[in-house]
Amino acid sequence: MLKNYLKIAWKVLLRRKFFTFISLFGISFTLMVLMVATSLFDHTFGPQIPERDMDKLLFVNMMREEHSEGYSSSGPPSYHFLDRNVRTLQTPEQVSINSMFFQVNSYINNRKLALDIKYTDREFWDILEFEFLEGGPFGQQEVAGASRVAVINENTRNQYFGEGEAVGKTIEVDQVKYKVVGVVKDVPVLRVNSYADVWVPITLRSQDFNKPGFRGLYFATIKAHSPDDVPKIKDEYAAMLQKLEDQHAVKGSKLSSFPDTILEAFARTFLGRGREPGLAILYTILAGLTFLFMLLPAINLVSINISRIMERSSEIGVRKAFGATSSTIIGQFIVENVFLTLLGGILGFALSAAVLKLINDSGVIVYANLGLNLRVFTWGLLLSLIFGLISGVYPAYKMSRLKAVEALKGGSK
Amino acid sequence: MITLKNIEKVYQTKTIETVALHNVNLHIPKGEFVSVMGPSGCGKSTLLNIMGLLDEPTNGIVEIDGLPISRYKDKELAHIRNQKLGFVFQSYHLINDLSVLDNVELPLLYRTGVSAAETRRLALTALEKVGLSARTKHYPTQLSGGQRQRVAIARALIGQPEIILADEPTGNLDSVMGEEIMNILLNLNRHDGTTIVMVTHDENMAQKTERLIRFFDGQQVSDAKTTAFDYQKV
Repeated sequence: MLKNYLKIAWKVLLRRKFFTFISLFGISFTLMVLMVATSLFDHTFGPQIPERDMDKLLFVNMMREEHSEGYSSSGPPSYHFLDRNVRTLQTPEQVSINSMFFQVNSYINNRKLALDIKYTDREFWDILEFEFLEGGPFGQQEVAGASRVAVINENTRNQYFGEGEAVGKTIEVDQVKYKVVGVVKDVPVLRVNSYADVWVPITLRSQDFNKPGFRGLYFATIKAHSPDDVPKIKDEYAAMLQKLEDQHAVKGSKLSSFPDTILEAFARTFLGRGREPGLAILYTILAGLTFLFMLLPAINLVSINISRIMERSSEIGVRKAFGATSSTIIGQFIVENVFLTLLGGILGFALSAAVLKLINDSGVIVYANLGLNLRVFTWGLLLSLIFGLISGVYPAYKMSRLKAVEALKGGSK
Repeated sequence: MITLKNIEKVYQTKTIETVALHNVNLHIPKGEFVSVMGPSGCGKSTLLNIMGLLDEPTNGIVEIDGLPISRYKDKELAHIRNQKLGFVFQSYHLINDLSVLDNVELPLLYRTGVSAAETRRLALTALEKVGLSARTKHYPTQLSGGQRQRVAIARALIGQPEIILADEPTGNLDSVMGEEIMNILLNLNRHDGTTIVMVTHDENMAQKTERLIRFFDGQQVSDAKTTAFDYQKV
């Protein structure tokens, strides 16, 4: 029976080329946008090198102080706060303190090279799984001794040294000379917690270490022993913050800071006003947007499908006359529609791959390496099926309700 | 085989009520070849649709093999149509996107327990019966009217139904083609014992059947054995 349905579906597609083009274009374009969006989402929030163990990683990026006088200020936490209060947490397996990235200049053959530099400790390299192309990370000794050593990314190596090896050579960044100890694969700029062009020991910014206050220019990257420990770390962090708040010099001030996953941090910053978890709102918005985005082409497809199916009312009448039930007819049209949307899905994949390549090559997102990975592929496939069902169920149901005699007469009631 | 008791069919719009059938009582025994005649709009096709469970009567009872049908649900009606009934329409109603063979196989797609190979074998046998073995891979649009109707008959008989309901099967055909189709139906009735109810406008065709029922304004006005029907051949 399925073979018969698919045969019919294929013939119908070939017979009405214009309708087919409109349908396939609508489906593939919608899917392409959704696939690119999914890929971007995955690229920004999903497990990616070097942040691979996402279910065990938490990041502290923000500290918000609400003063009793009514004003508030927020920004990254200070080294002082992180070193004394976060590094000393008992539950995590490891805690790293690292700076934000700063833009600095380097010059090579009178050509300016704008680079982003990040100051890190030794734990940073243990927690995150960078892919080393040459050498390795700097060790505890270099950090303790504030050695002028650097890990650079592939792009910087190629720009500064050409294609050859860089380990052991010297790179001058912001008028400071560093010995290159390692070269890593480029990390996209969207992974703000690990991204940089050049990573150097945090002790080279020791002037920041004793600055009092809660806010500064630093992040903490926390690794849990297991995913089960993540809530415990959050609880311990909240208790630590409450204790600090109680000891705060200015009574009545409120501190807000959270160890969050990347997605939680994003949702909290943009939807939770830096305090509330905005994840539920984020998911609702994303689901709503996806639904709305798919609804329009689905409605369009429904109306195209209705007119296309109406033309086939005689076929429905014949099928019913010879023993097809309403549910068999619904099944047939859903199969046909899923077939059409899967075709659209394949086209959508091809289009997505082309657009993602375009984004990667354009440099719009620095070091972007957007691709159609298995997860994105599964998403796309699922979306195609949902799309096929949404746009196929209503026309199929409507047509299946026709009495055989009405269908044979051409569908007029 | 088929019994109609006090059948009424009324089409109701907001302003007009049209009585298509009024107090129709009929019994068609197994193996009979009945023709139904009457002017256009007298309710012949409505009668056939009700017999074929394609439409519901407003009042009255349809019985097939002694079982009243009125309370059956969509699935059960579909099952009875699939198992017991075969249809031949004036405008053939073949699916143009499917080959002749696929069209003929259609009723068996909805029958459980018939393998694809068996379906193919039965379809080829049915096409052989109507003389179209050489056209299996053709599409309906590549065939003449007579050939299309023969495909439609093959489709109607593939499931070996006990009853074939034919709505003006020769209505779109010239006399030669019409004769061919009529002979196929007569053969089916005589050799396979298939009960056939045929709506027709053609008196000559009707006279070839065993029994002729005439309708006028939704009412049965006569019901008699035909004189020309060749009983010897039955």
